[in-house]
Amino acid sequence: MSLTAKDMSVVKALWGKISSKVDEIGAEALGRMLVVYPQTKTYFSHWADLSPGSAQVKKHGKTIMGAVSDAVSKIDDLPSALSQLSELHASKLRVDPANFKILAHNIIVVTAMLFPADFTPEVHVSLDKFLQNLAWCLAERYR
Amino acid sequence: MVEWTEFERATIQDIFSKMDYESVGHNALTRCLVVYPWTQRYFGNFGNLYNAAAIMGNPLVAAHGTVVLHGLDKAVKNMDNIKATYAELSVLHSEKLHVDPDNFRLLADCLTIVVAARLGSGFTPDVQAAFQKFLAVVISALTKQYH
Repeated sequence: MSLTAKDMSVVKALWGKISSKVDEIGAEALGRMLVVYPQTKTYFSHWADLSPGSAQVKKHGKTIMGAVSDAVSKIDDLPSALSQLSELHASKLRVDPANFKILAHNIIVVTAMLFPADFTPEVHVSLDKFLQNLAWCLAERYR
Repeated sequence: MVEWTEFERATIQDIFSKMDYESVGHNALTRCLVVYPWTQRYFGNFGNLYNAAAIMGNPLVAAHGTVVLHGLDKAVKNMDNIKATYAELSVLHSEKLHVDPDNFRLLADCLTIVVAARLGSGFTPDVQAAFQKFLAVVISALTKQYH
């Protein structure tokens, strides 16, 4: 389900609207994921505080969304944009790719909460496709 | 038997007691048909589903969204016995409607997103967890009679 030109412009336009809250979305989505899908906590056993709003969760949510934002700016060529991160996830982090879907869902939920009027079904489908493509590229080097 | 905490019970009752079934049902089903277009396969007789605007404006979609939400009501009112409550509906979806159960999850996700958009900051992580657990139990019950 590859990205059409329309998907790319819809995602870029959305990012224009949400860019001021991107860090907040990341922190909120990650925090939410750890609560709603407790099995994801297994990847963060080295953190002291896994509650939503904790310093570590906020920082890491910001890191993740920073990478997502970067991918938006390079949406024309996601495979090369994500090749280094894919290497990292494959060789070092080894996050089960099923979890990318889980985080994507939470990013979408938080975006809908913070921007209800902008997050129409058409915007939703393009963002969903984008995050799916991003996840695919992230898992590229796994095997 | 599913164990529900007091918080989970209260949360589910609260969300549904305040919900505009027509609006939420319509929006959730529309969103599902737009975001996951293959789900349109079950609505061949609904007429015009050519684009998002057509789907949103389609009165059959609106009516069916309400039917689905009222179906969820049964689970809200019988939280301790959702499996038995849904036995007939499960047979219906399997034997008559032939719906791939994976679609239940897709609609559930759209419903979660519509409710999240309505509640805004009120849709806290704990509320989301309760809501998604409720929908997961419903989906499990709806899938139970498939063979």
